[in-house]
Amino acid sequence: MLQKIRAFVIENYLFGEEGKLGNDDSFLESGIIDSTGVLELVRFLEATFGIKVADEELVPDNLDSLNKIVAFLQAKLPSSATVASSPSL
Amino acid sequence: MTTHSTPSADILRLDPEAETERITAWIRETISRNLRRRGAVIGVSGGIDSSVVAFLCARALGNERIQILFTPEADSSPDSLRLGRMVATALKAKSALEDISAILKGARCYERRDDSVRLVVPEYSNGYKCKIVLPSLLDASRYSIFSVVVQSPDGQIKKVRLTPEAYLGIVAATNFKQRTRKMMEYYYADLLQYAVAGTPNRLEYDQGFFVKNGDGAADFKPIAHLYKSQVYQLAAYLGVPEEIQRRPPTTDTYPLEQSQEEFYFTLPLETMDLCLYGKDHGISAAGLVAATGMDEGFVERVYSMIESKRKVAKYLHAHSLLID
Repeated sequence: MLQKIRAFVIENYLFGEEGKLGNDDSFLESGIIDSTGVLELVRFLEATFGIKVADEELVPDNLDSLNKIVAFLQAKLPSSATVASSPSL
Repeated sequence: MTTHSTPSADILRLDPEAETERITAWIRETISRNLRRRGAVIGVSGGIDSSVVAFLCARALGNERIQILFTPEADSSPDSLRLGRMVATALKAKSALEDISAILKGARCYERRDDSVRLVVPEYSNGYKCKIVLPSLLDASRYSIFSVVVQSPDGQIKKVRLTPEAYLGIVAATNFKQRTRKMMEYYYADLLQYAVAGTPNRLEYDQGFFVKNGDGAADFKPIAHLYKSQVYQLAAYLGVPEEIQRRPPTTDTYPLEQSQEEFYFTLPLETMDLCLYGKDHGISAAGLVAATGMDEGFVERVYSMIESKRKVAKYLHAHSLLID
């Protein structure tokens, strides 16, 4: 799960350059993702992990770093789906 | 560095007479010596900012040296033209009406926008109206993500969060409007050897509330240093018609009426003014609680939003970049 999200972020927002993107780095503070980027990220998460992100869930606490996204997904996904889609965790 | 001074809302009070003198002297100097033009073209929307700029230019240059331009289109409120004409009449200035609807239709502005709306609201068709909106910052610390609000012919309202393609498609299409208006203003500028006035206030200029090469383009911007509430103070001093002073700020860009608050600033403009002032003057969030009536956490969120919008505005302000 983490690797899929990391690959998406690097490919779409960092021009493929991994650099020093840490798992806890804030996307907002580092300027990696703006509000349009959040829309793209949400669509990716919904399509890849089969979830629906509600408007009230669109907060930095859920989406502002790789680890926050993983925690958010783990809380949303049934435990079997989490295991099946996140072999790298 | 932050301080814990406790300013009041009066921090934005200015001396309108002195400020008018300062701005009009600057306009005269800028137009005649710096730009070497013979007058000013002002696109007047019937809003407070463009009206104040028209009044300032008329004072600075004389009403015979300004050209007022009205550029309504199919989605414009009739009030915009009516109030704009009020400005031209008050100033006894020459004015021209250029309806840009046909140009926009030729560019498929409306068609492209409606196609993009249909990506998230498939039933959107003739007789429907739309606008895009942001969540209020007063709600929570949510991301500033746009939704489209559509109204069906029978008055039903529906709000849907935009996908990236729909959002970008709607914005790209509607930006034709501001760019077409600017093209028309430069037609008159070339015709008369005038300079084009830009009408952003400080909030708009600083926070990137403009279209690059659209309303963001101009030869001079005489109120870009003034907070919105200071523009209102000048309007009162200059004698801008009261109906314009009372009109709530609107984008006048979408078929459904849309406030600047719901489109961009996400909170009342008076509060935005105070927070921008506080941010620019190193006032801590705690120091702004009394002036805004908001709690410290809220002011912190506004400070964060200001910083975030400045990052986006950097591209909008950038000139073409060259290799050294």
